[in-house]
Amino acid sequence: MADSTDKALQVELVAADRLVWSGQATMVIARTTEGDVGILPNHAPMLSSIIEGVVDVQTAEGETWIAAVDAGFISVADNRVSILAERAEMSHEIDLEKARQELERAKASGENDDEAQEAVRRAEARIRAVERAS
Amino acid sequence: MALSVREYRARIKSTESMKKITRAMELIAASRIIKAQQRAQAAAPYARELTRAVSAVATFSNVDHALTTEPEDPKKAAVLVVTSDRGLAGAYSSSVIKEAERLVEKLKGEGKDVDLYTSGRKGEAYFKFRQREVVQAWTGFSDQPTYDVAAEIGATLIAAFLADADDPDSDVRAVDEVHVVYTRFRSMLSQEPTAVRLLPLEVVEGTEAPDKDDLLPLYEFEPSPSEVLDSLLPRYVQSRIFFALLQAAASELAARQKAMKSATDNADELIKKYTRIANQARQAGITQEISEIVGGVNALADANAGSE
Repeated sequence: MADSTDKALQVELVAADRLVWSGQATMVIARTTEGDVGILPNHAPMLSSIIEGVVDVQTAEGETWIAAVDAGFISVADNRVSILAERAEMSHEIDLEKARQELERAKASGENDDEAQEAVRRAEARIRAVERAS
Repeated sequence: MALSVREYRARIKSTESMKKITRAMELIAASRIIKAQQRAQAAAPYARELTRAVSAVATFSNVDHALTTEPEDPKKAAVLVVTSDRGLAGAYSSSVIKEAERLVEKLKGEGKDVDLYTSGRKGEAYFKFRQREVVQAWTGFSDQPTYDVAAEIGATLIAAFLADADDPDSDVRAVDEVHVVYTRFRSMLSQEPTAVRLLPLEVVEGTEAPDKDDLLPLYEFEPSPSEVLDSLLPRYVQSRIFFALLQAAASELAARQKAMKSATDNADELIKKYTRIANQARQAGITQEISEIVGGVNALADANAGSE
């Protein structure tokens, strides 16, 4: 079913309110609930939940795009990869200072709270995304 | 001629300043509506991909989920009414409320109790004024809804749907189905109040029947189909609510633009009419003055003639 002559993945990174990135890629790495997965062309169809983390996209031109995403999904079928998250940001859109402040605030608001932990993970993911990109 | 020229001039002036206001509101609505449409378009890929993922799970696994199961004997229904925060949008809020009332009547006819949820100040005010209980109201975002709001509304409605009605400890008011009434944006000229049933979900919509020759991809689900569905479906519901809010926002702005345009046109008419009447009054005043002078002169001449 997969077209073997065309070895690129068609990637769409979608946030709830906008399309964050779309294009051709040779590899996508995302963090699922079970651990990191790398997706290469002709990957078997897959649908899995992802957690707050960093998504790596290697484009056909050899560039690397890095994005921070919230919890969501990744679905792979037919060399189409769609990553869905309520919020997603490309690394160059993230304000590092703000992310650091958010992390401080989230940590201060208590570790026991589910919501606070989610905020901590989110802020950490954003900082990681910026650091990886630079 | 009941009023003097001066009073007409004052009326013209106040109508003119009113016209300036309505004209400004018309222009603001017109510029925002483009943004609202863009937002609705920007949100479309998420909804599309989510629908695709949900139908993939629904098609390729035999997992039943609480959100898709039809309750056997629905007794309670929740209705979310999406209205605007501000007025001056013509019949926008009243027509969506009318549609909601129709739905409520229908549900009551089917023997279901109705819990009301509203978004937008107008809806809340309508039901509060009629002493009808609103379980929860969200306000303050009607012309530019964010996804966070939609997520919150979705979480509340899902909690109500999943709650156990027989559990006396829970403070959530359990319902067996959830409906949404919002205004669909068809075009700049036509917006249509619509009622849809949100829960239990009918996932089939949006999926195209696959061709017979087309091999269906066999999905791997991680961690498991039911867990994926567990996190997928609430998001699907939230995205549907977000879609409804965005459509409602665009409709509200379109309705406001139309209402303000006709208000501006009416102000123009009124100014024209008042100007005519004022001119007439002025003319009448002049005519009266002339005839008074002529009359006075004649009377003087008559008196002089008499004395000679």
